[in-house]
Amino acid sequence: MRYSALALLRGALAAHRNWTPAWRSPEPKAAYDILIIGGGGHGLAAAYYLAKNHGISNVAVIERGWLGGGNTGRNTTVVRSNYLYPESARLYDFALRLYEGLSRELNYNVMLSQRGHVMLAHSRHDLESLARWANAMCMNGIAAELLSREEVAELIPALDMSPDARYPVLGGFTQRRGGTARHDAVPWGYARAADALGVDILQDCEVRGFLKGAAGQVTGVETSRGHIAARRIGLAVAGHSSVLAQLAGFRLPVTSYALQAMVTEPLKPRLDKVVISPGTGAYVSQSDKGEMVIGGGLDLFPSYAQRGSFAVLQSVVAATLAIFPSFSRLRLMRQWAGIVDVVHDSSPILGPTPVPELYINCGWGTGGFKAIPAGGWLLAHVLATGRNHELAEPFQLERFITGRLIDEAAASGIAH
Amino acid sequence: MMQLPCPCCGARDESEFVCGGTTHISRPDLEATDAVWGQYLFFRDNPKGLHLERWRHSYGCGLWFNIARHSVTHEILAVYAINDSPPSTVVPAAP
Repeated sequence: MRYSALALLRGALAAHRNWTPAWRSPEPKAAYDILIIGGGGHGLAAAYYLAKNHGISNVAVIERGWLGGGNTGRNTTVVRSNYLYPESARLYDFALRLYEGLSRELNYNVMLSQRGHVMLAHSRHDLESLARWANAMCMNGIAAELLSREEVAELIPALDMSPDARYPVLGGFTQRRGGTARHDAVPWGYARAADALGVDILQDCEVRGFLKGAAGQVTGVETSRGHIAARRIGLAVAGHSSVLAQLAGFRLPVTSYALQAMVTEPLKPRLDKVVISPGTGAYVSQSDKGEMVIGGGLDLFPSYAQRGSFAVLQSVVAATLAIFPSFSRLRLMRQWAGIVDVVHDSSPILGPTPVPELYINCGWGTGGFKAIPAGGWLLAHVLATGRNHELAEPFQLERFITGRLIDEAAASGIAH
Repeated sequence: MMQLPCPCCGARDESEFVCGGTTHISRPDLEATDAVWGQYLFFRDNPKGLHLERWRHSYGCGLWFNIARHSVTHEILAVYAINDSPPSTVVPAAP
């Protein structure tokens, strides 16, 4: 069923009894051409692009829980492409360009709002590092603008710009194409579009082991819903990448951490930019429902718990109130954490693994949501062709042996 | 807030400590291959379950020590000195 204003009107006249489920829930087949493990944004996008770009629709996405129940549903919905190095700039800007056309492409409103993304400088040193950052972006062909203190004050009236502010704002820079998208709509939109092209989406289906052939290649998986054979398998499981890799018999340069976020009670429009303050360690945007969405740094010890510690929550809230004192009366409605897959250079791992026919998409760490369309596109490419897409070439697992790291730690916004 | 048992100061709030990551990683021989060095520097088991790790009581006595912690429940199963092997109650000794 195609969504449109006309369909909505027709639904209204039919008491909304005409809507069908957005995707099927089929029984697993015995075999598929390609299996994708992980029904989050990256996995579902990969399934969609396999069918759309490569004409391969005998594909299943296997998800242990429910679609988008991991990090895709646990992030702060920010999209941006303000990275430092040419390899990353190409990759993340490709993702942002795909986001820009995504609602039309999927016939599903992902509520992309390019409201602008503003990074604050609280010291002379911050100003210098932001100038370096904005210049690096411009060198890579991605528009960025340095802002004076007055320009920041005009863009974000809610900021504390008083002379005795605890963290004075001296300036900043903005990527105007940055913004937010509706987190749940992204996996749901990809799932619906992939399903329409014939992809099977198997929820409640946990992978318990890999089946291997004579040459050591994967030939399928053992799941809670029986054995499923496949010619090739893609892994897109973020914080659980090491767990699945161990089942397949190899290790990754990944450590899993909890990353927290929280929302306040809803209020009237007060903040129409995404504001990041690396100096204090918090970032804030206002959702379309009116909630202030707040994020900060990692809980800095390995965790698979999907809940954050109070110590970090406290420091993120303190940082937020230092720059937005007027939020002090707001109550927090919800607080949660996602398990993120952090690698040493804060760049993703995209491509083959030591196990033949098994390919991986992981290592996005604290910034996976913004990259979903590109991560899916590139995983689909390598699964369909057996060769890396040129955008994925610098992001191979072997860089941790050769030492050719792409260190984007400084571009993650908040120091982790 | 999580509390950690410092062997010197007793139970203190998590915010006084800094986690130093996986413990018992030994440096390979200087002539080791790139693959071995890469494994040593970057590759980790990252287990879901029992994790042996080192912590420092940075905002207290400054002591480095080892703990055995469950990475889902955060339950601390053992605390032992920085140069010791994990107690056999959490990691059975190799035969």
